[in-house]
Amino acid sequence: MAEHSKRFPINHIIGFVLSIVLTLLAAWAALGSDLPVKWIIAGIMTLAVIQAGIQLFMFMHMTERESGGGHVPWNMMFHGFVLAAIIVAGSLFTMSFGFTHDHDDGGSHQQEEQQEEHSGH
Amino acid sequence: MSAHELKSGPLEYRTQEGQMSILGFWIFLAAEVVLFSTLFATYAVLFGRTADAPVPGELFEPGIVLVMTFLLLTSSFTCGIAIHHMRRGSVKGLMTWLIITLILGLGFLGFEIYEFVHYSHEGATLQSSAFWSAFYTLAGTHGVHVTLGIGWAVLLLIQLAKRGLTPVTSRKVFIISLYWHFLDVIWIFIFTSVYLIGMVV
Repeated sequence: MAEHSKRFPINHIIGFVLSIVLTLLAAWAALGSDLPVKWIIAGIMTLAVIQAGIQLFMFMHMTERESGGGHVPWNMMFHGFVLAAIIVAGSLFTMSFGFTHDHDDGGSHQQEEQQEEHSGH
Repeated sequence: MSAHELKSGPLEYRTQEGQMSILGFWIFLAAEVVLFSTLFATYAVLFGRTADAPVPGELFEPGIVLVMTFLLLTSSFTCGIAIHHMRRGSVKGLMTWLIITLILGLGFLGFEIYEFVHYSHEGATLQSSAFWSAFYTLAGTHGVHVTLGIGWAVLLLIQLAKRGLTPVTSRKVFIISLYWHFLDVIWIFIFTSVYLIGMVV
C-alpha cells in the first residue's frame, strides 16, 4: 500500500463522495420515500454501517501495512462493535416492557413483537 | 512494494513508541465504541417516553441535521487530506487542512448549540422527560468529544508550528486524525438512529 506516496488522495475523494451520496440516500429513504417504517429503519441502519466502514477503511488507514496490516485496529473495532451490538440489542430485549408506544411502530427498531404486558407501573 | 525499514514509511510508525501509541489509541477507540453503545442503548430503550414534552418528530428538522452531517463529513474528509499532506512531508499543507477541519468542526458545534437552545425553548430540556434526557446525554456526549477534539487540535497546531514534523508530532497528529474520523463514525449512527428514525417513527 503506497498510499502515502501518491500525489492525489483518490481514496479519500471516493470515500467522501460515497459518504455524501449514502447520507443523501438515507435522508431520502427516511423523509422522501413511502416505504414501510420497518424497511426504512433496516435500510438506513445498513447505510450507516456501510458509511462507518468507509470511514474506518478509507479514512482511518485501518488496513495499511504499517499498522500490522490492520490486524490490531480491525480486532479493536470488531470487538468494540460486537460489544456495542450486544449492549444495544440486550438492553432493548430486557428493558422493553410495560410500555406501549403511541406511534404505529415501536420506537425500538430491533423489537420484533410488541409486548403487551400490563405490569402495573 | 519492498519491505519497509524504519527509515522509510510513515513518520508516525517509525519508532516503537509511535507504533505502541497508535495501538493504544485503537484500544481507547474500542472503549469509546462501548461507551457510546451504552448511551445508544439507553436512548433506544427510552425512545418514545416523552411524557408531556414535545415528541422528537415535532422538533427535529431535516435541514439543520443534514447541514450538521455534511459539516462533519466534510471535516472528516479534510482531516484525511491533512494526513495525506503530512505523509508527503508538507507541514504547511497539513496545518492548512487541519485549520479547515477545525473551522468545519466549530461550525458543527455552533449548529448543535443552536439546536439545543432551540429545543429547550420549545420545552424539551434535559429534565423534561426520559426521552429528552437520553437524547441530550447521547448528542451532548458526542458534542463534548468534538469540543475536546478541537481544543486538542489547536494545541497540536501550536506544537506543529514550533517543532515541525517529527516522529513525535506526526504520531500525535495521526492519532487526532483517528479520533476525528471516529467522531464522524459516531455521528453517522446518531444521525441515523436518532434523527432519521426520530423523524420517521
